[in-house]
Amino acid sequence: MPNRFPNVEASIRLVLPKLGIELEDIDGASCCPAPGVIRSFDEPTWLALASRNLALAEMTGHDIITGCNGCYGTFKETLLEIHEHPERLKEVQEYFKGLGIKFQGKVDAKHLIEVINEIGIEKIKKTITRPLNGIRVGVHYGCHLLKPSKNRPWKQTQRHTFLDELVEITGASSIKYKDKFLCCGAGGGVRGSQVAVSVDIAKEKLDNMIEAGVDCIVDVCSFCHLQFESSQVQLNKELGEQKYQIPVLYFTQLLGLAMGLDPTNLGLEVHVINTQPLLDKILS
Amino acid sequence: MTDSITRETIDNDAIDPDFLDKIVEAGADRLRTCIQCGTCSSVCPSGRRTAFRTRELIRKALLGLKDEVLSSPDLWLCATCLTCLERCPRQIKVTDAIIIMRNMAVDEGFMLPQHRKASQKLIETGHAVPIDDANRAIRKDLGLQENPPTTHSNEKALKDVREIMKRTGFIELIKEEEEES
Repeated sequence: MPNRFPNVEASIRLVLPKLGIELEDIDGASCCPAPGVIRSFDEPTWLALASRNLALAEMTGHDIITGCNGCYGTFKETLLEIHEHPERLKEVQEYFKGLGIKFQGKVDAKHLIEVINEIGIEKIKKTITRPLNGIRVGVHYGCHLLKPSKNRPWKQTQRHTFLDELVEITGASSIKYKDKFLCCGAGGGVRGSQVAVSVDIAKEKLDNMIEAGVDCIVDVCSFCHLQFESSQVQLNKELGEQKYQIPVLYFTQLLGLAMGLDPTNLGLEVHVINTQPLLDKILS
Repeated sequence: MTDSITRETIDNDAIDPDFLDKIVEAGADRLRTCIQCGTCSSVCPSGRRTAFRTRELIRKALLGLKDEVLSSPDLWLCATCLTCLERCPRQIKVTDAIIIMRNMAVDEGFMLPQHRKASQKLIETGHAVPIDDANRAIRKDLGLQENPPTTHSNEKALKDVREIMKRTGFIELIKEEEEES
């Protein structure tokens, strides 16, 4: 997130305090590391580096919060692994020897949308000063936010609605579209090594959203975000036309707009896909 | 006597009886209960547009066709969306099984060049996707710390992260790959 979408980071840092959430940076965190790539190459390295990030949070006495589904998956699955298999905790503690990293696995990891969801609709509603009435949103949950459902906090195991409900607090409408819970196509190292397949999966989702007539996409994951932003440019280039122009917003950017915050401060001016048509609709 | 139709036969040599045990031991514990129903293939977003068939991959794993599975590019078409794992009627951790087989493939020297590159970046910077000049400039414009408060601006942290990767054998694993290529 900080290395590719500082604009989204800016919106998170702006919006969360307005909901009463105080953020504290972890000093010296590394890549989570990515659950589909690094975990696929060498699982023990993935577990050790993920544990180090969790340990840094644990040493501050706070839980860890992330705005990315990939990081979320890595942290949730790491905690489950060391809780179910205590010998794995010993294994990572062995790797940390002499480095001053203490880790007991007592920290909890949360996605920021989970924290926002816990605040509750009524309280969030009070922060809305510029309702986004008439805005049609294509909500994209992403995969690792929801699955494996056995290791996730959501009430349902499928056909979730919490993110749609949070989006609709802003006054915007969450629009039904085909295969809403389909993967964005970026994960598992597919975006990195099999670009054509990856972009084709994104295209399927984008086509379904265009058919449903959305004004923007709302996501909660840096990798899904990158996938929708970059794939649209790529598809337009291949087609030689400008069919794919759906602005891609992170949830806190949408909520920030509804809070009446300045689009520039929410990072909306440095998007790959121009957000101006959406902003014109909202601000007119 | 030869058949008019060529049969796809499996040589005894191609079967590694330990392969399945190793996958199961590494965490895909219910793999043997697979009934080849094909639910995994039917929900796979990659399978919708390629010849990748999760069911086939699992069947080959069950048969012990180690070399064929580990050298197959199909192994890298899974986007780890976890839909197959959710839907499997036998509750097999399909995605976990694929990740376990990928780890085995990398151990055997099968790693895609783009993946090796991402790993090298992780070793160099602590990030598989490190900061670049364009994003540094955006950070500055937005009033954020130019280099994020990660391993990018903490030398001790980067040193620790590298030391951990040295201890897990990751640095050597990625280096070996470099030498082979």
